Amino acid sequence: MKGTKMLLGCAVLAASLAVGYAQAQTTLRMTWYSDGNEGEVMSDLLRRFEEQNKDIKVVLDQVPFKAINENLPVQLAAGQGPDLARVADLGGVARYMLDLRPHLKDAAYFETSFGPFLEWMRLPGDTSSIPGYMTQLTLTGPFVNKTLFEQANVAMPGPKATWEEWAKAAKDVAAKVQAPFPVAIDRSGHRFFSLAITQGAKVFNEKGEPAVVDEGFKKAAQLVFDWHKNGVMSKELWGSVAGTAYRGANDEFKNAQVVVYESGSWQIGQFDKTIGADFDWVAVPTPCGPANCSGMPGGAALVAIKTTQHPKEVARLVEYLASEKVAEEFYERSLFVPGHLGLAKKGLEYKAASPQAKAALKVFSDGVAQLSPVANKLQGYVNNRVIFNAVISRLGQTIAGEATLDEAYKRITADVEQQIAERNKK
Amino acid sequence: MTLTSKPSLTPSSDPAGRRTQPHGAHPILRQAARIIDWPMSWLQRLIGERRMPYVFLLPNLMFFGLFVFVPIGINFIYSVTGGPALFPSERPYVGAGQYAYLFDCASYVDPSSCREDHFWRGVFNTLRFTFFQVIAMVGLSLLTAIVLNMKIRGRGFFRAVYFFPVLLSPVVVALIWKWILQRDGLLNAGIMALDGDKILFLSEPGWAMFWAIFVSVWAHMGFYTLILLAGLQAIPSDIYEAAEMDATPRWRVFWRLTLPLLWPNLIVVIVLALIRAVQTFDEVFVLTGGGPGTSTLMVVQYIYETAFSNQVQNFGLAAAASVVLGIVLFALTLTQLAFTQRKSS
Repeated sequence: MKGTKMLLGCAVLAASLAVGYAQAQTTLRMTWYSDGNEGEVMSDLLRRFEEQNKDIKVVLDQVPFKAINENLPVQLAAGQGPDLARVADLGGVARYMLDLRPHLKDAAYFETSFGPFLEWMRLPGDTSSIPGYMTQLTLTGPFVNKTLFEQANVAMPGPKATWEEWAKAAKDVAAKVQAPFPVAIDRSGHRFFSLAITQGAKVFNEKGEPAVVDEGFKKAAQLVFDWHKNGVMSKELWGSVAGTAYRGANDEFKNAQVVVYESGSWQIGQFDKTIGADFDWVAVPTPCGPANCSGMPGGAALVAIKTTQHPKEVARLVEYLASEKVAEEFYERSLFVPGHLGLAKKGLEYKAASPQAKAALKVFSDGVAQLSPVANKLQGYVNNRVIFNAVISRLGQTIAGEATLDEAYKRITADVEQQIAERNKK
Repeated sequence: MTLTSKPSLTPSSDPAGRRTQPHGAHPILRQAARIIDWPMSWLQRLIGERRMPYVFLLPNLMFFGLFVFVPIGINFIYSVTGGPALFPSERPYVGAGQYAYLFDCASYVDPSSCREDHFWRGVFNTLRFTFFQVIAMVGLSLLTAIVLNMKIRGRGFFRAVYFFPVLLSPVVVALIWKWILQRDGLLNAGIMALDGDKILFLSEPGWAMFWAIFVSVWAHMGFYTLILLAGLQAIPSDIYEAAEMDATPRWRVFWRLTLPLLWPNLIVVIVLALIRAVQTFDEVFVLTGGGPGTSTLMVVQYIYETAFSNQVQNFGLAAAASVVLGIVLFALTLTQLAFTQRKSS
């Protein structure tokens, strides 16, 4: 009987201690998407953070990329968001981001390390807020199936080759090796503009307002249209879905069906893992156009959300993850181009990467220096997805034979105007 | 006990209208019945017997109102307001602006002449899809039901086979067929084996619409077959025996007996198939994504994309389009009611 009482007493004590501990602990929710293994890496880093900060527990909610772009904004608009989220449409959700400056120990570190990218997260007129940091900087660019070039005995175009030269070479290779996709470009606004900016697209007028359809843009649209007509590109990507839907060709590339694949640096991790020794693939610098050889920058940022009840704890977590050592580990293990200026300058080792992944990362990292100011401006423009969506939707219609290019140009201009006007309604 | 005064209101009554007592009921149950009975009797005395049915309807009406009528009302509010804000109080009133934008066309038979051409492309695709899908669905369901109603071997097995796809999620159905229809899918493998050339079934507008209809019919036919089969089995067999004795030709039996007697079930099937076809979204969205171009873009996909996929989530325009769709569906339901009422009277 005495023993039972003691046991009961111990249980009550343990329960009350557990309750007390649980009450003292703050739970933060982080909404996260992954292109490759970065979710696993982040879990590791969070576990370590929790060990060092016993008063904070972080719940990592892993969701598909589509949920980040479509569901999260609605959730945020309803004031129901998480404490932190990893987002790619930085301008689109900028109004829901929390300025962490009052809670950061060293706000200057963020300015020094992420300065140019912080601008992408700010609303027009805001020049100083710090809502988060870049979990990755991405750059568009082509991946090439080198093995197919070798099998076809066709020489790969050199570093300054034009888009047309690459298209011709890819078509020759595909004809010889019976590959169904000579050139594949993701059905994505970022990918299209990596082509358009090399052709001289300016995107904005002198006042800084969108003026999407210009001569450079038309040259790029004509190229995409012609490539679909003459078999350089297959209808299966741009022609297979409607509206604003993204359609990538990573599966086709992994299956050695694509000769040249215009995508982005975030694919390196998964290609390194899934292609392995099946064939040799390389990343090459963005092909050139009459204007330049620029790709399009992009990336994903981990940002704090305004509705959080725990801004101090969120700031502590962001400071930990953005610290040079932790960020370095994250970029290295997930094979991302660093969105941290100091680390980019220093260069990363990417110890876990294969030689071809390392080489690809170097090509993309070098590409950052080639970026045109137009590309940076478009990435930083708060309504850039309005432009991207209008372009892929309307060009998709021309490829399917529903509209002419001229009709598409008019529609793109009208769509952009209408959607921006809708956003400005108050 | 006032409830016993009208025989129709008692749960069970003898021919004289007196309430029958549950003689075998446990005393606790009898006590519980008394406890429930007294507030009802009190309420009935207070509001009168004629109003009592509404009291019983009230809880369900409140539930229905909360989850059906309130959202319909909110949707309407969205359709007459604009801007990107989510909360109705933060949205500026635009009157019929969203509707005017949707219906701003030089010609209603040419979607490309409309300001919001995607909406009209969705409308025309939905109409085309509905027309062919409903004809195929009803025709094949009827044929299958007639065959399954015959005395054939393995009838139970075949009934199950035709019903299995109904149990699958539309997304699973679409993924299975996508796998079959893609460039390196099963169907192209078969064509290649016969020395044919690969066909891009989901990247050519005509093929994409054909397969959207085919997959939809394949997935849902079993449900309609079941309704028609139940109708066929309810037809008395002596009618057919009489027709057989008169040596009536089979086609005449079908035309003069089966079809008229099956008509109420057919009306239900046609209207249900119509409503479902107009609402089609999931399987076509997964199968073709609305493409190529916008050749399989349905109205519901347009509403979804306008509200959620675009960077500027245009809830007002999407709500206006869904009000238009709601009116069409309401008209279809009224048509069904009119048909079935006329038939029953």
